Amino acid sequence: MGQVLVVTSGKGGVGKTTSTAALGAALAQGGQSVVLVDFDVGLRNLDLVMGAERRVVFDLINVIQDRAKLSQALIRDKRLDNLCLLPASQTRDKDALTEDGVARVIEELQSNFDWVICDSPAGIGRGAVLAMQHADIAAIVTNPEISSVRDSDRIIGLLDAKTEKAKIGEHVAKHLLITRYDETRANSGDMLQIDDVLDILSIPLLGIVPESQEVLRASNLGSPVTICSPKSVPALAYSDAARRLNGEVLEMIIPAEKNRLLGKLFGRRAA
Amino acid sequence: MKMFALRKRRKTSDVARERIQILLAHERGVIGSSDLIATLRNEILVAVAKYVPVEIDQVDVKMDRGATLSTLQIDIEFPVISR
Ligand SMILES: Nc1ncnc2c1ncn2[C@@H]1O[C@H](COP(=O)(O)OP(=O)(O)OP(=O)(O)O)[C@@H](O)[C@H]1O
Ligand SMILES: [Mg+2]
Repeated sequence: MGQVLVVTSGKGGVGKTTSTAALGAALAQGGQSVVLVDFDVGLRNLDLVMGAERRVVFDLINVIQDRAKLSQALIRDKRLDNLCLLPASQTRDKDALTEDGVARVIEELQSNFDWVICDSPAGIGRGAVLAMQHADIAAIVTNPEISSVRDSDRIIGLLDAKTEKAKIGEHVAKHLLITRYDETRANSGDMLQIDDVLDILSIPLLGIVPESQEVLRASNLGSPVTICSPKSVPALAYSDAARRLNGEVLEMIIPAEKNRLLGKLFGRRAA
Repeated sequence: MKMFALRKRRKTSDVARERIQILLAHERGVIGSSDLIATLRNEILVAVAKYVPVEIDQVDVKMDRGATLSTLQIDIEFPVISR
């Protein structure tokens, strides 16, 4: 049985979809079979980030409503053949996503893939709860700023209360994924410190992904950053995070971009 | 491969613009709805099923949306029928 990972945050726009694509690609690059499931019904974007937007025929809701077989709805990545995408529906209404339907799809995916990665919608509503429902592991995407940390705390509460694991008295393994870490602002003292975020949320750290031009380029090209620029700092952060998901113990590297020197020189003035 | 080399030299923002234009052109039109594809598939299946025994899961529908041309590819597997 494959493992189910939910990529969640509470707050919108922190990097869930970007991280789902990058972690999924990194796990697939490591040789495991991976399926990415977009739970953002009505506002899907994972297809765009994966560069598969032209190929969507069926979606998660079609499968739940038995209008398509799972195998017909899965889109195989053109670069990595052990990576698949199950798109969210763009048009239909959110209530079409049922608890039973989701349970059935996740179970079928688990028996076919090593990793099932669920890209959660923002918020703490029904969509977010359904996305985390069957999770074994959660990556809580957090930006080093107070409102994001607060929302992550809410999400941790939900993971401990509303998931299947919680209902049987077990725990979802929760990991913190810090994204959009800005070294210049960190040096100038204007960003929450990583130690402080860890202290406040007290869950283990999966990785620190810097704010980076490479992430934007990857999204423009429709290619996860670990595929499109595998040597870049954000790609290395995501690759290490993927290895940690598989239980490897690696030294945590605080990312420094190439413009580090520039940041040091001008950091003070910018502040 | 030539295309790929060409793409690499282009600004990524140009690629992004082109991708989003194509996508929106489709999403704003009827062809963007997956309902249309499901309807087409079902009607084609009904037509084929009149003559050969086919099941819905033996129908594979693939789509590739382009700027000026899209392709809908429908593969139907059916058994050899001996008389
Ligand atoms: N490390 C990064 N560096 C620079 N830009 C980033 C980074 N991570 C994410 N972004 C950008 O931030 C924006 C939001 O990212 P993304 O769509 O992944 O967030 P999300 O959490 O999935 O949002 P939503 O809550 O709307 O689903 C995107 O434009 C993305 O390119
Ligand atoms: Mg998203």
